[in-house]
Amino acid sequence: MTPIPDRSGAEARADVPAQVPAPEQTPALEARDLSVVYPGSRGRGPARAVDGVNLRIGKGEIVALIGESGCGKSTLARALVGLVRPTGGQVLSQGRPLDYSAKALKQYRRHTQLVLQDPGGALNPKQNVYDAVALGPRLHRLTEGLPERVHGALARAGLRPPEAFVGRYPHELSGGQQQRAVIAGVLALDPMVMVADEPVASLDASVRGEILKLILHLRDELGLSALVVSHDLGLAWNIADRVAVMYLGRVVEQGTVEEVLLHPKHPYTQALLSVIPNGAEDWRPTLLTGEPPDPTAIPAGCRFHPRCGRWAAASEADRAAAACDRRELPVLTPDGARAACHLLEPNTLLPETV
Amino acid sequence: MSSPSAVAEAVGAAPDPRPRRAFRVPRPGYLVTKLAAAAVSFGVTLVIGFVLFNVMPSDPVRTMTRGRPVSEAQLAALRVQLGLDKPIWERFFDYVGNTLHGNLGYSWEYQQSVASLTLSRVGPTLLLMGTSFAISVVLGLWLGMRSGWRAGSLFDRVTSSTALTLWSVPTFWLGMILLIVFSVGIGPIHGFLPTAGMSDPTLPQTGMTHYLDVARHLVLPALTMVLVVYAQYVTIMRSSIIEEKGSPYLLTARAKGLTDDAVRRRHALPNAMLPSVTMIFMHLGGLISGAVTVEAIFSWPGLGDLTYQALTIPDLPVLQGTFIVFSASVIIMNLLADLAYRVLDPRVRAQ
Repeated sequence: MTPIPDRSGAEARADVPAQVPAPEQTPALEARDLSVVYPGSRGRGPARAVDGVNLRIGKGEIVALIGESGCGKSTLARALVGLVRPTGGQVLSQGRPLDYSAKALKQYRRHTQLVLQDPGGALNPKQNVYDAVALGPRLHRLTEGLPERVHGALARAGLRPPEAFVGRYPHELSGGQQQRAVIAGVLALDPMVMVADEPVASLDASVRGEILKLILHLRDELGLSALVVSHDLGLAWNIADRVAVMYLGRVVEQGTVEEVLLHPKHPYTQALLSVIPNGAEDWRPTLLTGEPPDPTAIPAGCRFHPRCGRWAAASEADRAAAACDRRELPVLTPDGARAACHLLEPNTLLPETV
Repeated sequence: MSSPSAVAEAVGAAPDPRPRRAFRVPRPGYLVTKLAAAAVSFGVTLVIGFVLFNVMPSDPVRTMTRGRPVSEAQLAALRVQLGLDKPIWERFFDYVGNTLHGNLGYSWEYQQSVASLTLSRVGPTLLLMGTSFAISVVLGLWLGMRSGWRAGSLFDRVTSSTALTLWSVPTFWLGMILLIVFSVGIGPIHGFLPTAGMSDPTLPQTGMTHYLDVARHLVLPALTMVLVVYAQYVTIMRSSIIEEKGSPYLLTARAKGLTDDAVRRRHALPNAMLPSVTMIFMHLGGLISGAVTVEAIFSWPGLGDLTYQALTIPDLPVLQGTFIVFSASVIIMNLLADLAYRVLDPRVRAQ
């Protein structure tokens, strides 16, 4: 995990023009009560991978979606680019609901692009860089001035000079160069939104920074909106404007980077942040115990309560009053509360401290 | 990766703005290595061939004169004539020299040179094996692709289990069953296909009637070969498609707007073809040798039948000759497979 920089880092970040969208602006991409349920197999119940998610990505905004493995963040990313058809709710692009007819979907995919975790696998081993980048434009019949388009995209993705890379095959590139080639393939279509699923997880630490810098640069230069899916809080700190934390198919906490990462409210976010060494004398990580979340068996009430440190530490009377294991939580909306937790209600009897 | 030279090369080619898949001629070193390896294999084959057929506990002179009254003097004269009186190393060098000059020896049984005998039998074998090979490849790859793409579906289960069952059936048994059902006829079914041979000697040996006649004779042996062989393509293609199906680059292509069908055809299939290509070349090498059983069952006048007949005598020069021809065809096809792989897979090209 990339360590979170100290306060000086936060001040440095402030120089970057944060393009938080005005409320009246139509978001570039939005999920409304989105749910994706995979049918059960081999005697197991259906898996509720995404179970009611509201998420908004403004124009020119970078949103980080954080969560551990199996929380449904990749499924959400795929649903947002139209690869997985949601079983409930809507995906809205520029304020219009997504149309799943083949033609409309193809049109949509020109503007919303996906970047995957493993750049080596995301490139067809039999295609050279030119063909890989030209795949999208050719498909969308943007063949006029194709060489210029491809070379331009490669240059913007940081593969310079483009002539040195066009004839190469994926196996002749380093991991960072491969990811740049994938991003060039995205840029060649002049998209408005990029959904990146763990874009740097398989890269070296040194290359990671470069790719993240590239994404930031593209936002500033082209006004590209991005959803970056990651399990890495440091990544969110480094590039995101807003952060959404996901647990078992739901967003449990959302807000600006500073709000969520410096003043986390949800016990889950607090636990995630507590394991990052902060150099303090009394540093004590909160380790999550219990079963890893299983989307085929979602607990009743607050879905985090079986692993919640505060719930575990509470007395019988407090438990009865808070009733985390029985009371359903409302689904978070972008304009609503920051975190979904019963313990944040003012009349709760449980102590605020972790 | 040879980065400096690769960069220099690519920069040098800069004026062409659209680099197509650059086919680089293999470095001469690569070709030389492969050719040398093939030559060594052939040399080893020659030695094995010689040793095998000279240590066989059968006296060729006695075999040739079987059933005829011959004097000791005549036997000795025959030994001299066949060169069997020379020391073994001299016979080895004679044999190697002759083989390299295309002289494969002289058949004891047919009283004909093995080379011309083999040559006359190659045509029928290639006809039988070529037909069944082409059908098995197309059928097997198509079925394998379909069932791999929808692994676990009813189509996949039916295809895979049928293929595996046929694959595990012994060739001679399957051939016999087909022969009984379609040529001899059982119960209400009347046999309607010829039982043996390649053509009906009572019909004219030229023209359209002849071709149709040969085609009728071809059906059963070719069918037997196809049924036994196509399963290998089904299983190989199925597993490589399943492997490719999980690849992220297919997801990328789909996310760019490619339809499911186009993703399969243009991206998954070419990459999944590689293991099948190896298999195709291996079978190509075995083409002229692979039909011994089938040719023996259906008396198809090809190399396999010749080998079978020579075995029963045993006609050692013919066996030695077919042994060399079979091995050479495998070695040549392997060499071609190595070269074809470089064209098909850029990752191998880099080596």
